[in-house]
Amino acid sequence: MNLVRSHILVCTGTGCTSSNSLKIIEAFERELEAQGMAKEAQVVKTGCFGLCAMGPIVMIYPEGACYTKVTPADVPEIVSEHIVKGRIVQRLLHMESDEGGTATSLSETTFYKHQLRIALRNCGVINPEDIDEYIGVDGYAALGRILTEKIPPQQIIDEILASGLRGRGGAGFPTGRKWQFTHDAVSPDGVKFVCCNADEGDPGAFMDRSVLEGDPHSVIEAMAIAGYCIGAQQGYIYVRAEYPIAVKRLEIAIKQAKDYGLLGDNIFDSGFSFNLELRLGAGAFVCGEETALMTSIEGKRGEPHPRPPFPANKGLFERPTLLNNVETYANITWILNNGADKFAAIGTPKSTGTKVFALGGKITNTGLVEIPMGTPLRTVIEDIGGGCPNGKKFKAAQTGGPSGGCIPASLIDTPMDYDSLGAIGSMMGSGGLIVMDEDNCMVDIAKFFLEFIVDESCGKCSVCRIGTKRLLGLLTKITEGEGTLEDLDTIEELCYHLKSSALCGLGQTAPNPVLSTLKHFRDEYVAHVVEKRCPAGVCKNLLRYTIDPAKCKGCTLCAKNCPAGAISGAVRAPHVIDQSKCIKCGVCMDNCRFSAILKG
Amino acid sequence: MGDEFVKSLEELKAIRDRMQKQVGLRESDENTIRVVVGMATCGIAAGARPVLEAFLEEVNKRNLKDVTVTQTGCIGVCRLEPIAEVYVPGEEKVTYVKLKPEMVPRIVADHLVNRQVVTEYTIGAAE
Repeated sequence: MNLVRSHILVCTGTGCTSSNSLKIIEAFERELEAQGMAKEAQVVKTGCFGLCAMGPIVMIYPEGACYTKVTPADVPEIVSEHIVKGRIVQRLLHMESDEGGTATSLSETTFYKHQLRIALRNCGVINPEDIDEYIGVDGYAALGRILTEKIPPQQIIDEILASGLRGRGGAGFPTGRKWQFTHDAVSPDGVKFVCCNADEGDPGAFMDRSVLEGDPHSVIEAMAIAGYCIGAQQGYIYVRAEYPIAVKRLEIAIKQAKDYGLLGDNIFDSGFSFNLELRLGAGAFVCGEETALMTSIEGKRGEPHPRPPFPANKGLFERPTLLNNVETYANITWILNNGADKFAAIGTPKSTGTKVFALGGKITNTGLVEIPMGTPLRTVIEDIGGGCPNGKKFKAAQTGGPSGGCIPASLIDTPMDYDSLGAIGSMMGSGGLIVMDEDNCMVDIAKFFLEFIVDESCGKCSVCRIGTKRLLGLLTKITEGEGTLEDLDTIEELCYHLKSSALCGLGQTAPNPVLSTLKHFRDEYVAHVVEKRCPAGVCKNLLRYTIDPAKCKGCTLCAKNCPAGAISGAVRAPHVIDQSKCIKCGVCMDNCRFSAILKG
Repeated sequence: MGDEFVKSLEELKAIRDRMQKQVGLRESDENTIRVVVGMATCGIAAGARPVLEAFLEEVNKRNLKDVTVTQTGCIGVCRLEPIAEVYVPGEEKVTYVKLKPEMVPRIVADHLVNRQVVTEYTIGAAE
């Protein structure tokens, strides 16, 4: 075997793949061969580095140089300069260093400095399609130790309990207690199941996808350990079919684990057997709800049913079932390898460890970040995220997607942990973090999430089916300038009914975006209703485009480009917009060279 | 059951050790010894490539962990190429000059393994 002196890691997560990283890999392989370096440098496919906005990302070790926005055309230069001569290609370094100037390696950047990667520890470090690389970073060591030393399940459950780990899917239920309940539950025929919820449906969330794409074995190993602890021999990973790369890597990983005997019968000659299968979801948001998810695995229509009985007692196929989220599982082996106290020391006393957030919306560094629990939102937005682009003012952040709530700019110092977020009417959620700036209308945002919920409501309970529809109707009325102040009261009342009587989490949490925007941005709602005005200039029916006669030079550009033919006027004379014809598309504003078009 | 089955911690550890040498390259460890070979035009013209290959071969043969072999641009004393600099953590860097592939095994054995600088190959001896 040749000793490879340099590793070229190319991100093959969904983000970078869609910006052509596979072509970059081909180009590297071709170029290394052409320049006689194929034996000394190795190209490695890896998972998400978190810097999706700057992709495709290429990292070259041992220097740790982080090249961003790489194209196949850059590859010959990288090989001849960096690999052959050892000179870093400065023009491809784009990240700002924590000390000012350009950062060479990722660890020097402001983006990384505040992060602590536990669930994402192997993402962007190992090749997810090679089980040996996972073993090389102590993979399957926890499972091996537990099975060969025959550590009692209770001891492991106690360790998870002591770590304080809480469910990363959103609700934050203590993971150890879930394991304990399922361990204690008695199955009529002794059969129990372990399930993994990889049905990540929140708009804007992609943490679980990145874990599965970048480090699938960490989830598989944790599920096998969970199986040993609760006494299950069969596991299912319920993953969305819309995640083709994650599905493919999981299939490869399960096959490799079976080939090594790390899944299957009599693992480590211990007598313990565990099998794992994938079940693909067809994209229904409600299937992220635990009872609906298990109904779907059973092959039935994915609809929730009332709890109790809880899955821990009567879940999949009416047997005791342990269901955890992807990110939760990704923490398990780290805890078992490093100790519960070390995990519990991170974060806050009630929210231990770290949380992965998918940063999206109006933020400079769109991507994936993992921070200790309790990190203030300000650090995430301003330091890691790099603030809102184009110098716009930060207005609010939405956590928890359509089930969560917004955090206004005035609460930007709120620590990001389960209890602090709950206290201000938001929630941790699965980790989507959508940033909004001054150009976003909060009524419109609430309407957007509600439209999603109306689409995704399964229709089983009338409260959710009809209630969310009526709620959307009221919001639409307001954005169209037809709302009244009584409507605001009706909205609030309807929200409380939904919260208290919907069958499952989908309906119960659906009013959250409405309630939290109403709480923090009531003035915007009132402006829509009373002044018939949208302060952010988003709601079309409340918009009026007019031409300032003092500034208009009569160049006719706006009239020529108006798709509705709503603008008239003589050449070199101020033009006028016919409000009855105007469709409020804003094309005139984009085309005017004299800033004569006014919006408001 | 095939031979490829991992049935004991020892077998798992064997894979881990083999892979750590590889994956370890991606961790910046403070204890890593760095061998840096000058690979600018001057270095390549003077024969730096066989020297770099010899380092790789020797480090691999001795199964040394915590050693990275890497390359750099022109160090500035082109007349003394091929040049390699060895950085042992916590120690002054050592610059070896006018290297030939056959000189490399001794540098690896004496300096990288036994921490004895091969004085007669250094820049001080050449000047």
